[in-house]
Amino acid sequence: MQDSPLLECRGVSKAFGAVQALYRVDFEVRRGEVMALVGDNGAGKSTLIKGIAGIHPFDEGEVHFDGERVDIHGPRDAAKLGIEVVYQDLALSDNLDVVANMFLGRERTRWGFVLDEANMEHEAKETLEGLSVTTLRSVRQNVSGLSGGQRQAVAVAKSVLWNSLEMILDEPTAALGVAQTRQVLDLVRRLAEKDLGVVIITHNLHDVFEVADRITVLRLGQRVALLEKSQTTQQEVVQAITAGTLTRVPGMAEAGVDQV
Amino acid sequence: MTTAKDGSPLGDPTAAVQEPMLDGSGAGGASTDTLSGYVSAWWQRVRAGELGVIPIVIGLVVIAIVFGSLDETFFVERNFTNLLLQVAPVATLAIGVVFVLLIGEIDLSVAYVSAVGGVMMTLLLRPEASNWPWWAAIGVAVAITTAIGLLHALIFTKAGIPSFVVTLGGLLIWSGVVLILTTDYSTSGTIRIQNTAVIGIASDFLSDAWGWVVGAAIVGGFALTQVQKARSQRARGLLAKPTIVILLQVAGLGLVTSAAVWYANKDRGVPKVTLILLILLAFWSFVSVRTRFGRHVYAVGGNPEAARRAGIDVDRVRIAVFMISGFMAGVGGVILASRLRSVATGSGGGPLLLNVIAAAVIGGTSLFGGSGRVVSALLGALVIGAIQNGMGLLQLEQGPQAVITGLVLLAAVLVDALSKRRRAASGVA
Repeated sequence: MQDSPLLECRGVSKAFGAVQALYRVDFEVRRGEVMALVGDNGAGKSTLIKGIAGIHPFDEGEVHFDGERVDIHGPRDAAKLGIEVVYQDLALSDNLDVVANMFLGRERTRWGFVLDEANMEHEAKETLEGLSVTTLRSVRQNVSGLSGGQRQAVAVAKSVLWNSLEMILDEPTAALGVAQTRQVLDLVRRLAEKDLGVVIITHNLHDVFEVADRITVLRLGQRVALLEKSQTTQQEVVQAITAGTLTRVPGMAEAGVDQV
Repeated sequence: MTTAKDGSPLGDPTAAVQEPMLDGSGAGGASTDTLSGYVSAWWQRVRAGELGVIPIVIGLVVIAIVFGSLDETFFVERNFTNLLLQVAPVATLAIGVVFVLLIGEIDLSVAYVSAVGGVMMTLLLRPEASNWPWWAAIGVAVAITTAIGLLHALIFTKAGIPSFVVTLGGLLIWSGVVLILTTDYSTSGTIRIQNTAVIGIASDFLSDAWGWVVGAAIVGGFALTQVQKARSQRARGLLAKPTIVILLQVAGLGLVTSAAVWYANKDRGVPKVTLILLILLAFWSFVSVRTRFGRHVYAVGGNPEAARRAGIDVDRVRIAVFMISGFMAGVGGVILASRLRSVATGSGGGPLLLNVIAAAVIGGTSLFGGSGRVVSALLGALVIGAIQNGMGLLQLEQGPQAVITGLVLLAAVLVDALSKRRRAASGVA
């Protein structure tokens, strides 16, 4: 684990009209680290992620990636840096097989238009094996026949295939049973072992303590805690989520802060 | 058998480890390297509801037996070549419709757009007026129908109007245009085609020798692509179809093809239009299965949002697909006009549209997008053509003919729905 963060947000803010969704939030992820991002509904988790992914660029604040200041204006900018977000709905095509899904939009071709199926299948298999995903019967199986955990694994493997450095997983275990949750959490750990920076958004504190190295707690658009897993307890995290100390109470003016 | 289903016992973290490995050679998946392994894997897929072309083949055999026993002329050589001629225009139009169905849309205008193509070509060919060469007339006609497809697509994608409504409007508009043109340029409402090259498209036959060449090309082309695919898969250490299976499939295709060529040669030979149809099928099959564009077509039909996020320009794919539909409508219109040796006020009307869409659906292309194959256009057109041909021989009235065609369509959709349910239950696809 390196100490200089792979991704660092400094004082990022985002407002939607009168609603201050994020207020001067600091956030960082190191290489080889799983950072859990927790908070109640409306705490700003999704807004922070969407800002990093370039879907809703931040209003103010700086983003540093790999030690350099970067401007992320759209999803393509984020992808170019190596930031991949695996959204809750996974965005897989049910009617296509695992290989086709993993290469969708970035197919390997010969002469620019003919699909190089053997090449893609080979690489897809290697990537899945590298992540120790062994529950797939065949990479030529349609995604519609996969379980929730397998689908998650395919979506993650797709991002890994594209050499992402920073992977953000949005509620990856929300719809899964116990055994499948286990598989996905193992997968998350393996991503970190591969020296990726991993952010996992979740409501499930059990998952957090299972897989995370550090925990960022958001509350009402502000960061109220940054905790080392080894030095905290579930109670402390719950306390932060529900009653973390705010530097600025929404709707109230504060010295040195312009009114919204 | 559904060993790899992930519903492993709750709370058993080791469940994943016990499941078969990726290459399918583990305890759960039968090895597909040998003939018996391949056959049993295939049979598993069938039992799980992945029926492929089986229902169509069974359907065609049943149709042949029923009509063959009811009317001995059904199996006459001449009727076989007639069937090939009848099937060609419907199958040509259906190829375009398959693409539209693959992206989960519908094109209700194809029949009248094809008539616009036929009429434009016929008008340009009139010896007393423009008297264009046949290739220029056909080229312009097909360019016009492709442009019509583009127009529909632009209204659909840019204005966000459902394709059903856009092409329903198109159906009315182009039927009107056909009526206007045919009544303006003729007194009887029928314009005859006098160009021999154009008439020849749907009434010339290949010589016996050329028939065999075409047959050999089909079998050889199939064999070549299969061998090449297996070789490139093996080169990367991937599972490939066993050589013995390829040999058997090539032999089977060779048998069916030579039987067809031999039978057609006993009559007038293989129709030229059948060759044109086969070339179109091969080309569009290649586009749909082997190219990046084809992959994007399936992706847009399966999950447009996923396609968009993967960086695919969804609207561009949609526009291209409607242009393919327009293009194939134009080609089909030329073939149909050539077959009838004329265009008339009623061109593009009647049951043509429904036959075309029914052909695509009976052939196994889903109405809900993302699943189907180009070859289903030919298979479905053969089913519809054989039924209507047989009923024609039996001199059934239009009424019963329509009822029976409709029942066959329902049966085909029912088979698809049931097999889909089975697939969902067994988690195959």
